[in-house]
Amino acid sequence: MPVNMIVCCKQVIDPEAPPASFKINSATNQVISPPGVPPVISPFDEQAVEAALRVKDKLGGKITILSLGNNMLRDVIKKPLSMGADELILLEDEAFEGGDSWSTAYALSMAVKKIGQFDIIFCGRQAADWDNGQVGSGIAEILGIPSVTVAKKVEVTDSKATVERIITDGYQIIEVTLPALITVSNELGEARYATLKGIMAAAKKQPTIWKPADIGVEPSKIGTAGRRAKLVKLFQPVKEGKCEVVGADSPAEAGVKLAQRLREAKVI
Amino acid sequence: MAEPKDVLVYGETIDGKLASITTELLGCARRLADELKEGVSCILLGSKLGEAPQSAIAYGADKVYIAEDQLLAEYQNDSYVAVMEKAIKEISPRVVLLGQTAAGRDLAPRLAFRLGVIAGMDALDLNIDPSTKLLQQTRSVYGGNARATFVSEAYPQITTVRQKAMTPLAPDASRKGEIVPFKAELDVAKIRTKIIQTVKEEVAGIKLEDAQIIVSGGRGIGGPDGFKQLEELAKALKAAVGSSRPPCDNGWVPDTMQVGLTGKIVSPELYFAVGISGSSQHLAGCSGSKTIVAINKDPEANIFKEARFGVVGDWKQVIPALTQKVKELLAS
Ligand SMILES: Cc1cc2nc3c(=O)[nH]c(=O)nc-3n(C[C@@H](O)[C@H](O)[C@H](O)COP(=O)(O)OP(=O)(O)OC[C@H]3O[C@@H](n4cnc5c(N)ncnc54)[C@H](O)[C@@H]3O)c2cc1C
Ligand SMILES: Cc1cc2nc3c(=O)[nH]c(=O)nc-3n(C[C@H](O)[C@H](O)[C@H](O)COP(=O)(O)OP(=O)(O)OC[C@H]3O[C@@H](n4cnc5c(N)ncnc54)[C@H](O)[C@@H]3O)c2cc1C
Repeated sequence: MPVNMIVCCKQVIDPEAPPASFKINSATNQVISPPGVPPVISPFDEQAVEAALRVKDKLGGKITILSLGNNMLRDVIKKPLSMGADELILLEDEAFEGGDSWSTAYALSMAVKKIGQFDIIFCGRQAADWDNGQVGSGIAEILGIPSVTVAKKVEVTDSKATVERIITDGYQIIEVTLPALITVSNELGEARYATLKGIMAAAKKQPTIWKPADIGVEPSKIGTAGRRAKLVKLFQPVKEGKCEVVGADSPAEAGVKLAQRLREAKVI
Repeated sequence: MAEPKDVLVYGETIDGKLASITTELLGCARRLADELKEGVSCILLGSKLGEAPQSAIAYGADKVYIAEDQLLAEYQNDSYVAVMEKAIKEISPRVVLLGQTAAGRDLAPRLAFRLGVIAGMDALDLNIDPSTKLLQQTRSVYGGNARATFVSEAYPQITTVRQKAMTPLAPDASRKGEIVPFKAELDVAKIRTKIIQTVKEEVAGIKLEDAQIIVSGGRGIGGPDGFKQLEELAKALKAAVGSSRPPCDNGWVPDTMQVGLTGKIVSPELYFAVGISGSSQHLAGCSGSKTIVAINKDPEANIFKEARFGVVGDWKQVIPALTQKVKELLAS
């Protein structure tokens, strides 16, 4: 059975950029993109693409990538295509900017409705910028479909998916009827690299762009206007940074001195 | 819905006992409710709740709703969201607190969307704005690089709270409270998921969450053999062994050992970070530790900004000497 899949991918500031490069503008409550560090697809979303590709490898099917934002970098956002996804739809407009999880989930759901037919929607477990982990469950709720979150393995048989969902001290094997929404965690394993063939195929593909009117969203429900959570303050926690470096002539001696120092400080 | 009132805690139980996150939530709920001059209620869902309802009262609840049903034996979002939706419509709470746990992080957003509100996730700090009486929720964003304070103006104000971010009250067995049975009235046809199996992957020895001392290794450990040396130090200290994400991703250690934003949140007395650079996502899981000790060969590593004590050097030389000396010191 070929499986029809949609993967929601968000472009974010590279979460692995060195912490020292992270700056905010507290007057506007905005994050300043670190200069010279290009954005990436949120890593869990890449793994969501990988989960979809593994299903497609086995059973065949189609993978549509859906991304919402404004001025998305084509080189970045096309990456899933070069990994093997079939189609890219961008909800790209100024009006989509400044939203929260609610307005994002609403707009993505409306786009899914326009796409129409699907078996599985994949999302990342949380976007690597705001770390909310709400949009996936929100889409499922708006569309009225079941959801399984934080998956490390997904297998599809007939009209069901068998999902390994991570819990505190292990995982659960859960069967869910399709269509369903599944959010993916890094335990799924590394996302594959783009192949040369994939990169060439992706270069030829043009993303489909949908504006708010194309998906029939009410302007009052998207972007800044659609926010249900108000950001009061964005700030960087102050670090005291008083590390006592235990020095010695050799690392081994430093190890000995460290043990003594910890004993003196009564922490061991 | 009636005028929203009171703070409702979504409680979790483990083998008929209140989970520690629930005691933390009750402590926080008590403080918020006192500021609001309102009450604290708690709702427990499950098949065998045992002594948990009574202990919720001891930890600060005025009223405990219990939904006991075989269909609620294990968490599944279709059944739990349905029961919580019904409960919230009947109880009409002002604030709903859940833990940022496997269940809570799945339940809160679906429940909020069903009720037409937005949930706050993973709060580190909660306050009542005295002028508006709205809940102010502060959380870590950008992997721990920044904090953001949010307010939602709709009721109920739902938020999950990070484990160990709040302090429980000392339990008081003489506290009075009311236990109210709550009818789940579940429609089996609406449950679209089925749990086939629950697989436990517990690591032998002291549990990370309970440990007073943790020895964690990172990518710099280089492989599973290195972790054996960390285990030896841990054994000498009666500590648990943890790790940053790369050793889990590389299969050197089980996934359940991961500390961090998307792993376990720990707050031991003493935390050793060995061969760990100190990414914001890792620190999100261990910055609550009382004392952090960093061992790293790179003097510029970010971990030294968080650590109280540090050694700059190759762990392969530092750790054996440290372990030996620790054994000596603890024997004397
Ligand atoms: C100035 C400013 C203020 C902000 N204030 C808030 C705020 O108050 N509250 C708030 O919640 N957010 C806020 N945001 C972030 C907001 O715009 C997020 O993009 C939105 O909340 C969705 O991200 P998330 O972290 O909630 O996603 P999650 O719920 O963590 O995302 C889960 C998954 O959903 C999918 N997904 C999420 N977003 C997209 C997308 N754009 N396109 C495709 N797939 C997607 C991905 O698969 C992702 O892995 C703010 C942003 C800015 C710039
Ligand atoms: C959304 C998101 C969530 C994440 N969640 C988590 C999480 O929960 N937990 C987590 O840990 N990470 C998480 N990460 C990953 C995180 O961003 C970092 O990639 C990771 O923490 C780095 O691990 P590390 O410090 O072990 O490795 P590195 O950053 O590679 O650091 C290795 C360190 O070892 C030192 N070293 C090397 N050799 C030696 C030696 N012989 N002796 C001494 N020191 C040595 C190096 O100097 C270096 O500082 C997450 C990432 C994202 C994007």
